[in-house]
Amino acid sequence: MKEKAPDKKIDIRGLVCPYTFVKAKLAIEDMEVGQVLEIVLDYPEAVSNIPKSMQDHGQAVLKVEQSGGKDWIITVRKEKD
Amino acid sequence: MEFTDEQVQRYSRHIILPEVGGKGQKKLLAAKVFLVGAGGLGCPVGYYLAAAGVGTLGIVDDDIVELSNLQRQIAHNTKRVGMPKVESAKKTFEALNPDVKVNAMKGRLTKDNILDIIKDYDIVVDGSDNFPTRYLVNDACVMLKKPLVSGAILRFEGQVTTLLPHDGHCYRCLFEAPPPPGLVPSCQEAGVLGVLPGVIGALEATEVLKLILGRGDVLKNTLLIYDALKASFRRVKVPRNPDCPICGAHPAITKLEDYDAGYCQLGG
Ligand SMILES: [Zn+2]
Repeated sequence: MKEKAPDKKIDIRGLVCPYTFVKAKLAIEDMEVGQVLEIVLDYPEAVSNIPKSMQDHGQAVLKVEQSGGKDWIITVRKEKD
Repeated sequence: MEFTDEQVQRYSRHIILPEVGGKGQKKLLAAKVFLVGAGGLGCPVGYYLAAAGVGTLGIVDDDIVELSNLQRQIAHNTKRVGMPKVESAKKTFEALNPDVKVNAMKGRLTKDNILDIIKDYDIVVDGSDNFPTRYLVNDACVMLKKPLVSGAILRFEGQVTTLLPHDGHCYRCLFEAPPPPGLVPSCQEAGVLGVLPGVIGALEATEVLKLILGRGDVLKNTLLIYDALKASFRRVKVPRNPDCPICGAHPAITKLEDYDAGYCQLGG
């Protein structure tokens, strides 16, 4: 199955915890259930923290991948309002 | 409304909570809460609601700051002795959080002005410590069907309850009328441990936040009693009285009245 293009993208490079998650959470709150959010970030701790926190909040983490250099891309599907 | 970067930082510990989030924080910013009294209870309630980002706070109080208040009324300070309490509280709350608009009113609530003053607020918090005001505020909130969070303190004991008119109990379901002045503790007997209003005020503020957020359970039909000496909390069930003179099926009280002011003003 072809990968669904993200419905929204946020670039939070330069932000540190906990604002990385705060920004990601605010972005996903404004989306509809089923939509996909793509997060670009460069804060190393957030690469593991954001997926964990998103899962704790009931969202589905689809992908966590390094996109070259220090940047990472996390994609999350909204499962829960 | 979008959060500014400053708001994202200020409210980040709220936004992270699943029960609050950005949506809950926006509800807090849009909420209007009215505080009766800027004394022992009004200070911590207003302080925490301002910190939490409750967007509009109304406060009424007739008193000026005195040195004897400062043992417990934490929104005031030594330099402000002589200043109206509402003015001091407004300065403190707005300095803590510029997102908060404080409507300060120096004066007293009476049967003639209360309905007009509180009508535009979502929730009322009673931090008064005298029976005439307590009953007046209760009756006005029942008439306007406005949620009322009520607290009281004396010596080492305090209590909190949340009145949801026509849904849960009201103050008159508990005690139909104010006690005669002689039965009320006199001023000399009315000492209070300075931290006690902080505990009770924080509990009142918690009730307010839950009401705004629509989360958790509030103290409906329940009196929560805190004994500081015993370090214990007790919950007492308060059923609605079907014959309550104001919220019952056939209310005897249909208009507001001012009770005699022959009571000691404990000043919260
Ligand atoms: Zn009643």
